[in-house]
Amino acid sequence: MMDSLALHLPALLVAIPLFTAFLIPLAGRAGGTVRSALVILGAALTSLAGLALAARVFAGGTVLYVFGAAAPHAAIPMDSGGIPIRIIFQVDALGALMVVIAALSSLAITLYSLAAESRQSGKDGFYSMLFLLVAGVLGMVSTGDLFNFFVFLEISSLAGAALVAYRIDQGEAVEGGLKYALLSTVGALSVLMAIGILFAQYNALNIATVASRLRFGALDMIALVLLAVPLAMKCGAVPMHFWTPDTYTTAPSSITALLVVSSQASLYGLFRILFTLYGDLLRFNWAVFGWFLVILGALSAFVGVTMAIPQKDVKRLMAYHAVSQTGYMLLGVGVGLAVFADAGALAAYGKTAMAGGLFHIINHAMYKGLLFLTAGAVFYRTGTRNLNRLGGLGHAMPWTMVFFMIGALAIAGIPPFNGFASKLLIYESVFRFSPFLAILAMVVSILTLASFVKVFHSMFMGPPRAEFAGVREVPAPMIAGMAILAAFVILAGLVPQAFVDRMIAPAVNALVDRAGYIAAILGGH
Amino acid sequence: MITRLLLAMPFLTVAVLLLLALGALLFKRNLIKMLMGLSLMESAVNLFLVAIGYRQDGIAPIFTNAPQTLMVLPTVQALTLTAIVIGVATSAMMLSFAMVIYKKYGTVDVRNIRKLNG
Repeated sequence: MMDSLALHLPALLVAIPLFTAFLIPLAGRAGGTVRSALVILGAALTSLAGLALAARVFAGGTVLYVFGAAAPHAAIPMDSGGIPIRIIFQVDALGALMVVIAALSSLAITLYSLAAESRQSGKDGFYSMLFLLVAGVLGMVSTGDLFNFFVFLEISSLAGAALVAYRIDQGEAVEGGLKYALLSTVGALSVLMAIGILFAQYNALNIATVASRLRFGALDMIALVLLAVPLAMKCGAVPMHFWTPDTYTTAPSSITALLVVSSQASLYGLFRILFTLYGDLLRFNWAVFGWFLVILGALSAFVGVTMAIPQKDVKRLMAYHAVSQTGYMLLGVGVGLAVFADAGALAAYGKTAMAGGLFHIINHAMYKGLLFLTAGAVFYRTGTRNLNRLGGLGHAMPWTMVFFMIGALAIAGIPPFNGFASKLLIYESVFRFSPFLAILAMVVSILTLASFVKVFHSMFMGPPRAEFAGVREVPAPMIAGMAILAAFVILAGLVPQAFVDRMIAPAVNALVDRAGYIAAILGGH
Repeated sequence: MITRLLLAMPFLTVAVLLLLALGALLFKRNLIKMLMGLSLMESAVNLFLVAIGYRQDGIAPIFTNAPQTLMVLPTVQALTLTAIVIGVATSAMMLSFAMVIYKKYGTVDVRNIRKLNG
């Protein structure tokens, strides 16, 4: 029984949230308590499946799951002529890292939502969409099939847009949702077009198979642009970041935290396409693509933080910081890519830079999720996000204040929190690549700290204000949700080496091991 | 020559549809018209998928009364069906967004939908 469950973990990973999503409206008819119980159960089982799968991958290497095959490992059926014709989930260490992020955040966010959304109407649809979004993200990071990737991208985009617009309010939320939906759809169509171009040439949709056959002709270059640009846009990199502030600000806070995770799934897609699908050492000019990511990253980091500083709306401010932090990830991985052809430099600092970039993905999901949740907690009690009107909340909301401090110190890269651990890896390695970029990264960190000190001061410091006299601490489920993320922020800050050795280093190896990814499906090297 | 031209026709149509769609998305101010452009773009991509799946003298994979068992694997046709379903969901959702925006803002002109100031 347990063995067979373990065997089907990759399918369960997507099946559980999908099933929960469509069961929720039914449970909702039986009453709010039944629905809440189902929501908690669904979130817990999803996280459990995700963490168990990730543990299997980190312990035993890539996990394959072939849908509809007699045995889940039989990637190539006997009578198919050497082509994997079925949909295959292929979870390597990089995918497993993303699964861990989605599993932890979705659990924390669902718990938080239970209290934060308790006074709202239309909860059936809200939780259905939430689980669909989780299913989409988990599917994106575990699938080994191009078209399947498109489908999960669309599921997460549509569910995300619907959730952004869910609380119509004065129409602003719908405006934010519409913007997100429009950009996501155009982006997804571009991805689909690219998949068509690749399929027309190579008669395959399996990522490993297409990668093994890729000839890098003119059409493939067009497909690369059609794939890379929308995914770079969806992860919120400058100069295609314009949707992030609007969308992140208008969404309910718990959803914003989940949208951060969804953006990072797009970032995963971008890396998968650059490294696995198009990463052929011999014919490619690595430095060009590396520098492309480095410049994108440096621009995002700097522009993001400078746009964040003057913001008055706390969530808009945090959204610009999200753009800025995405820059660090691109910078780290970009440096690794730029020196890829030079084995000495790669071993000396290239891999460290990539490890820093990947470590920053998981760290960012945790502390930025935490920050958005604290902003939501403040909004939940005070009804405003305007920094000029907030103040003196430290007396009434001590837990929220502590969680905000943890998140703010982590994003600014102050030890002993997790942001410091990954940023240190990035500083060290980027300095050896280009001192200027390392100094730029440090300046961005200092500006981030300054910005969050200001936010902290205007939200929590000062005497208690008369208009917030009735403000109390938020309910326990919201504190529990924030506590899960805060616990990770502290843990990964105290023992970063344990995380780097067990999760990040395998993920870096999986990222650069193109032959291994292909061999897992097609066999042999 | 004629055959080649005929075979190229679907791809030319795709190009024309894509241009029309991009034009609508970039230059129209009316939200509904922009969404029509998006719908056109979906159709263009779907047509592209079906067009690349065409095999001359191919046998449809329907086993009843089939002249032979060497058949076309209908992958792109399956993809197109999926993409159409996704497209319907997208259009429905975005049109409902447009409806809400019209109710709240009293206009569907994108120049006036700027509460979030870009």
